Amino acid sequence: MAYSTKVLDHYNNPRNVGSFPKDAVDVGTGVVGAPECGDVMKLQLKINQEGVIEDARFKTFGCGSAIASSSYVTELVKGKRIEEAMAIKNSAIVQELNLPPVKIHCSVLAEDAIKAAINDWKTKHEGRQPQSDQGKAAQG
Amino acid sequence: MVKLPIYMDNHATTPMDPRVVDAMLPYFTEKFGNAASRNHSFGWVAEEGVDKARNQIASLINAKSKEIIFTSGATESDNLAIKGVVEFYKDKGNHVITCVTEHKAVLDSCKALERAGKAAVTYLPVDKYGMVDPDDVRKAITDKTVLITIMAANNEIGTIHPIAEIGRIAKEKGVLFHCDATQGVGKIPVDVEKMGIDLLSASAHKIYGPKGVGILYVRSKGPRVRLTPIIDGGGHERGLRSGTLNVPGIVGFGAACEIAGREMEQEAQRLRGLRDQLQANLFERLDEVFLNGHPVQRLPGNLNVSFAYVEGESLLMGIKDVAVSSGSACTSATLEPSYVIRALGTDEELAHSSIRFGLGRFNTAEEVDFVAQRVTDEVRRLRDMSPLYEMAKEGIDLKSVEWKRD
Ligand SMILES: Cc1ncc(COP(=O)(O)O)c(C=O)c1O
Repeated sequence: MAYSTKVLDHYNNPRNVGSFPKDAVDVGTGVVGAPECGDVMKLQLKINQEGVIEDARFKTFGCGSAIASSSYVTELVKGKRIEEAMAIKNSAIVQELNLPPVKIHCSVLAEDAIKAAINDWKTKHEGRQPQSDQGKAAQG
Repeated sequence: MVKLPIYMDNHATTPMDPRVVDAMLPYFTEKFGNAASRNHSFGWVAEEGVDKARNQIASLINAKSKEIIFTSGATESDNLAIKGVVEFYKDKGNHVITCVTEHKAVLDSCKALERAGKAAVTYLPVDKYGMVDPDDVRKAITDKTVLITIMAANNEIGTIHPIAEIGRIAKEKGVLFHCDATQGVGKIPVDVEKMGIDLLSASAHKIYGPKGVGILYVRSKGPRVRLTPIIDGGGHERGLRSGTLNVPGIVGFGAACEIAGREMEQEAQRLRGLRDQLQANLFERLDEVFLNGHPVQRLPGNLNVSFAYVEGESLLMGIKDVAVSSGSACTSATLEPSYVIRALGTDEELAHSSIRFGLGRFNTAEEVDFVAQRVTDEVRRLRDMSPLYEMAKEGIDLKSVEWKRD
């Protein structure tokens, strides 16, 4: 199967690879997928008091399309308000990266990662159960 | 400098040996006759070519030339052996014994018979090295068992089964023994007499011959094996496989077998050396690399390893100048990770992380060095990108994590 130029570009030059300290108050972490399914994405968003995503980092275990989807998402969400980011649909990722039907689940996972990261940030922010989620995938 | 891309997927198929091409060429042009044409020299010349090939192939596996039936490949041979025996011996019984890591050509032939209500099949498990226990074979035999079908060597992990022992048990119990030796013939010694094999499948394109030609060996004596054909027509190949013979392909298969027989010992030694070099390089440079398959009882050119925390397809993508294959779900048509690796009982994610290197006649030591370095660099890059590697390094037990599945 041939990869699209955009998938290759993100795979070869992934944007924003890395990690933020997961305990920082302004960081929301989302970990989605499972190792035995062959893909796990960790997306971290740095969100300011106004609810604007200032920065993003990812790490992904998965095929080239999964890596490209998460890399693209880090670019896509930067500067967006959390409500806007929550509204991002996987179809936007499919379209940008030209993903074939068998790779659509990669884009779904990336969409889930955004939601999981924002929800984690919200949980922290509302001051509810600040650290009780340790050990869980959402905390990475 | 090595020439790119490098082909290191010789279990999937092999490039043709130029000596084999040379042997075939006349049979496309001046010697184009139909081997079944009895009344002119064109037919006789073609038949001579086929006869010679039959001898060359038979001698490699210690069979008689009349016991060789030409087919379109090992897939057809497996189908013919399994369906042909079950159909022919249906009054005697309906039970077939095979194992979970067989090639799909064997497994799906068995499943088709089960679905049609024509056979009951026992799928034996394998140990952590992918090997069948001959004792399990013995215990599975019932008075309804008509066929045991176990491969010589596995196409993914290279594990070589104890074929001679299984053959002995089959003889002792009076059950026919089919062996899919597609990956074994020409690479390791295969002897139908010493190993008690009654039916054997092999394919030319795995041993530097052409694609689209295979054989089924069918024992003629002690016992004489009978089969119901699956392809009807002009009655070629003693009525067992109708259809005009693929003369150039057959001639090529013969030449490939002759070369393989002559050079096997030397070639196996060389490939084992290269394979061990590749394995040593990878294991020295990287942590958390796991060998899939048997450490010793393994095809000389086979190396199947899992690079933990790295998904196989992404690794293949990163080493695009190197042709190897992966057991990752993303590389399979079914979107399931390799059933062979999973049968070893290792963690499911290691199946997603498995890479198969298949070294062959035309690989060099320089290529091995290049591949080892490319793979090492890429595994490191991908691990730096892997949340699992990060978590493992932080001391998190990945098994204790509650994963959020879709
Ligand atoms: C063990 C085994 N059996 C059967 C086959 C099928 O062979 P062919 O391609 O000749 O149909 C293969 C090759 O893919 C194989 O490795």
